[in-house]
Amino acid sequence: MKITVAGESKEYKDGLTLPELIELENVEMPEYVTVSINEEFVESAAKESTVLKDGDNVEFLYFMGGGR
Amino acid sequence: MIKRVYIHSRDYDSIVRYGREHLPKESCGLIAGSEDERGRHIKKVYYLTNVDDAEDHFTLDPREQLEAVKDMRKEGLKPLGNWHSHPESPSRPSDEDIGLAYDPNASYLIISFMAESPVLNSFHIEKGEVTKEDLRIYNDDYPDW
Repeated sequence: MKITVAGESKEYKDGLTLPELIELENVEMPEYVTVSINEEFVESAAKESTVLKDGDNVEFLYFMGGGR
Repeated sequence: MIKRVYIHSRDYDSIVRYGREHLPKESCGLIAGSEDERGRHIKKVYYLTNVDDAEDHFTLDPREQLEAVKDMRKEGLKPLGNWHSHPESPSRPSDEDIGLAYDPNASYLIISFMAESPVLNSFHIEKGEVTKEDLRIYNDDYPDW
């Protein structure tokens, strides 16, 4: 199946899970990355169980914040 | 090797203006551009909502962050990092800034308004280690050699 990751279309096996994609894409410090699929943000609790499907558009966004 | 980061005075002025307009709250955004052997070249500054709406904290709005990333891609720009203001503290990462700097590929720009004249610096933060980058402000009379 085809999945678009960070704007780039790639071929992956059917049934790929989000944790598998994170590993394949070498996402650094994934626990601090917000994931959107088709412009919907994935809740942290749902990350482990999310299965991707053909045509999904995935973005990885680092949390950006700080304080005085 | 210390990274050079180039920003046009027009963008610097724009960050100063935006930051001052939002005082006493912290303001924040993203930077994008290109990278070559000379360093990083900021081509576009994004102004995002500080969802903390606070004088001493900031968090980029993730929805606006996503829109900015899509815009960068459309414009052929590379994400280079982020910027935020320190209304009443120096232009250096606070302990919280360091603890929350999760992107080792980002440049972290901090503009301080604690003195009469603003001060802008850029930092690389990785695994709690802070390195000041070589930030160069240029304009059409003084190009980014």
